[in-house]
Amino acid sequence: MRKGRLLSVYALAYLVFLYAPIILLPLFAFNSSSIIAFPLKGFTTDWFSELRTIEALHAAVWTSLFIAVVTAVFSTLLGICAARAGTRHNFPGKGGILGMIMLPIVLPEIIVAVSLIVVIIQFFGFGLTRWAVIAAHVLICTPFCVAILNSSFGNLDASLEEAAIDLGESRFSSFRLITLPLVAPGLIACFLISFTISLDEFIIAFFLTGTEPTLPVYIWSLLRFPQRLPVVMALGTILVALSILLLILAEYFRRRGLKRTGKEDHGGFL
Amino acid sequence: MRFDRASRRGLLLVSPPAVYVFVLMAAPLAAVVLLSFWTQDFLTLDRTFTLKNYREAVSEPLYRQLLVRSLMISGAVTVVTVLLAFPIAYYVSFHVAPKRKSLWIFLITIPFWTSYLIRVFLWKVILGFNGVVNSGLQGLGLIEEPLTIILYNANAVVITLAHAFAPFAILPIFVALERIDRSLLEAAQDLGENAWQTFRRVTLPLAMPGVVAAVLIVFIPTVGDYVTPRLVGGPNGLMIANMIQTQFLKINNAPMGATLAVIAMLSVTVIALLFIWANRRWLRGQG
Repeated sequence: MRKGRLLSVYALAYLVFLYAPIILLPLFAFNSSSIIAFPLKGFTTDWFSELRTIEALHAAVWTSLFIAVVTAVFSTLLGICAARAGTRHNFPGKGGILGMIMLPIVLPEIIVAVSLIVVIIQFFGFGLTRWAVIAAHVLICTPFCVAILNSSFGNLDASLEEAAIDLGESRFSSFRLITLPLVAPGLIACFLISFTISLDEFIIAFFLTGTEPTLPVYIWSLLRFPQRLPVVMALGTILVALSILLLILAEYFRRRGLKRTGKEDHGGFL
Repeated sequence: MRFDRASRRGLLLVSPPAVYVFVLMAAPLAAVVLLSFWTQDFLTLDRTFTLKNYREAVSEPLYRQLLVRSLMISGAVTVVTVLLAFPIAYYVSFHVAPKRKSLWIFLITIPFWTSYLIRVFLWKVILGFNGVVNSGLQGLGLIEEPLTIILYNANAVVITLAHAFAPFAILPIFVALERIDRSLLEAAQDLGENAWQTFRRVTLPLAMPGVVAAVLIVFIPTVGDYVTPRLVGGPNGLMIANMIQTQFLKINNAPMGATLAVIAMLSVTVIALLFIWANRRWLRGQG
């Protein structure tokens, strides 16, 4: 199989292309030179200890964590409603309504940012708070949750719930006792994915952030100062390690969810 | 249409996300369109309906140039990303053992979830004058002078965005390939088609829905990116989104920014619809 071998070489080269930036990150984070270039000089953990002394950074981290947690909760809740309605119910205008809910996934982020800033500032004259960023992040995270939960709810055997109702449970309690535990892994995956998207989102946050910058907005402000770049590399290394950890967790729960509903695994998120 | 109980329950359930999306997306988009017909008069907003912004957007060469360049760059990004992605999706779907497919998909999606800003910045490091590519090629003796055509221009924007949107292209194509009934391929081979003919006449047409989804999901958002052009694009790699951002945040001319946003959205939509139409025609020609 010569064709197969050629393809696997290509696949490996492609993985190198995908991972190139992530592999470089720790190299520069532990490099003692203050210039981000090769050749590397020596090993240091100074940049990491410097992170502990920057107060503005800590404030930005807390702002981002708050925004990410609230976003994750709301997008998961909205995702449950949409996915449940989409997989279990028939109603007029179903395709159109569900399509509209998924639309933010393809909408350019700058359009989301611009349209919200127009409404908030030009039409209502409100100031920008962290709730503006949360509102926008929920909008772009919900479609991801719907996609994940569609497969969770879709894989579920409807007769389980019907059996519970036949045995005298109410509609709500059968949902709580039967459905919820079965889709719980999907819910955790949604929560983690939304959390990760929100924590990393820059384009919208840059427009809607008021006096409290989120972490990416703060990083953007650091990128202008060459002497701060090694610190950014250190910060980036921590962030990448954290997101990989979160994603492995999300993937673990997604697979457990598939096992619970007794389905085969085909591919990853989305 | 009469609403029975079951469909009422469905509507009730879908209403929180639907209302949310309506209030935070549909209504604000309408507000942007409305604002684009108003004008900014220094600090006050003039609310008389006018086409002045649109006339300015069409006649001002800078705006036109930025829009055309954005569409060209996004088009190039889309072509490069989808062409690079297709063999990967094909490889994972047809050559990887079923048990290891999800591991591959997971590996492909991981880089996408890591800090976007820092990833873009690192491409600057990779492509830069003293960057990884240049010092590597010089070390190997392949080039004498550092290459300057790979940073601070449109090429750099294309490379960086092709990296950023890779999973968006791979996943839809992969899903489409997975749906192909493998017995169709065997049938084609039994009927005397060679491997290439089978691919072109069976696999590719059946994979087209995935390719179309990949094209749209890469093309549409990339037009709106302003981070990559700003960091690696240099002065000749700036895109329309950078101008929209400037209008809103720097020179405080929100109506002009809204106009440019509307024009960008319309152009993207028209191109996307043309593409879908062309693809339908091609598929009809095949079958």
